[in-house]
Amino acid sequence: MKSLSELEAIRQKTLERIALRKEDRDDGVRIVIGMATCGIAAGARPVMAAFMDEIDRRHLRNVTVTQTGCIGMCRLEPMVDVIAADGSKVTYVKVNPEKARMIVADHIVNGHPVTEYTIGNYADQA
Amino acid sequence: MRDWSLHLLDLAENSLRAGAGLVSLGVSLEEDGRLIITLSDDGCGMGPELLRAVTSPFATTRSTRKVGMGLALAGQNAERAGGGLHVSSAPGRGTTVEIEADTRNIDCLPLGDLAQTFFSLICLNPLRPDFEWRLRSPRGEEHFDTREIRQALGEGISLGEPEVREYICSLLTEQCETVFGGIMQ
Ligand SMILES: Nc1ncnc2c1ncn2[C@@H]1O[C@H](COP(=O)(O)OP(=O)(O)O)[C@@H](O)[C@H]1O
Ligand SMILES: [Mg+2]
Repeated sequence: MKSLSELEAIRQKTLERIALRKEDRDDGVRIVIGMATCGIAAGARPVMAAFMDEIDRRHLRNVTVTQTGCIGMCRLEPMVDVIAADGSKVTYVKVNPEKARMIVADHIVNGHPVTEYTIGNYADQA
Repeated sequence: MRDWSLHLLDLAENSLRAGAGLVSLGVSLEEDGRLIITLSDDGCGMGPELLRAVTSPFATTRSTRKVGMGLALAGQNAERAGGGLHVSSAPGRGTTVEIEADTRNIDCLPLGDLAQTFFSLICLNPLRPDFEWRLRSPRGEEHFDTREIRQALGEGISLGEPEVREYICSLLTEQCETVFGGIMQ
C-alpha cells in the first residue's frame, strides 16, 4: 500500500531533477484539451491520459497539458489545441488516444503538424 | 455519459469554473446496493433562480452554448436507476451535488474509472484547487487529499511533476481497487 512517507523520496528525486533542468518554460509547448460535457462524452479523458503518458514516456519536460471549456463545436470533440512557444496554434479535431500519440511524435517532437487531423483539413472536406 | 466517473469529471468541471479552492468527492456503496455520491465545492455558488433551472436541460450561464446538459444528464441517469440528483447551493457558499442510484437496477450506469477521473482533474489543475475524496463500501474506506500531498512535498514541487503524478495515479488506483475492486467496475 502506498503511503505518504514515500513522498520524501519522491521529493528528493524531483528536486534533483528540477535543479538540472533548464528553467526555460518560456519555450515550452502547451496542449489544451476541451473538457466540457461534449468533450468528455466524446472521449477527452482517455485522450488526456494518452498525451500525459506519451509526454512522460519521452521525458518531454517542456510540454504542459491544460484544459479549456466548451468552445461550441461539440460534433468535432474531442478537440485539442497545440500552442507553440511563439503563440502559433494548431487545432486538432475528433482526437482519440492513437491520434494523440501521433500528434506528440510528429508535431511536438519532430515539428510537423499532422495536417490530416487539423480543423482546417476537416473544414475543407466538409 | 457511459459511466458515473465521466459524469463526475464533467460535474467537477463546474466546480473549477466556479473558482473552487477545494473540491470534495464522496462515493459510498451501501450494504443494500445503493450508490450515494456527493460532490461539493467552495466555489461561487448559484442564486435561487439558476439553482431552480439548473437540473432542467435548458439552463446555462455560458455564452458559447445555450444549453448546459451536465447536471440534467446526470439527473436523468440517476432517476433511471431508481434514484435522483439534488443540488444545494447559495451565492458565495459553494455547491453540493448529491446523486443517488440503485446499483441493483439494471439501468444503473457502471461506476467507471474514478481514479482516472481524479487523476485527470489533478494533472490538468496541478496548482489549484485541492481535491479530496472519501470512498466507502462494505469492503472498507479510503481517503485521499491533495493538501496532505502538497504538505509532504513542501514548497517548490508541483503536483504536475512526473514523479508526483505517477505516485498520485497509483495511490488513486490502489484506493479504488481496495474499496470497489471486484464489487463494482
Ligand atoms: N458547482 C457549481 N458552482 C456554481 N455554478 C454551477 C455549478 N454547477 C453548475 N453550475 C451552474 O449551472 C450551469 C449548468 O451546469 P451544467 O448542467 O453542468 O451545464 P454547463 O456546465 O454546460 O453549463 C452552469 O453553467 C453554472 O452556471
Ligand atoms: Mg457542466
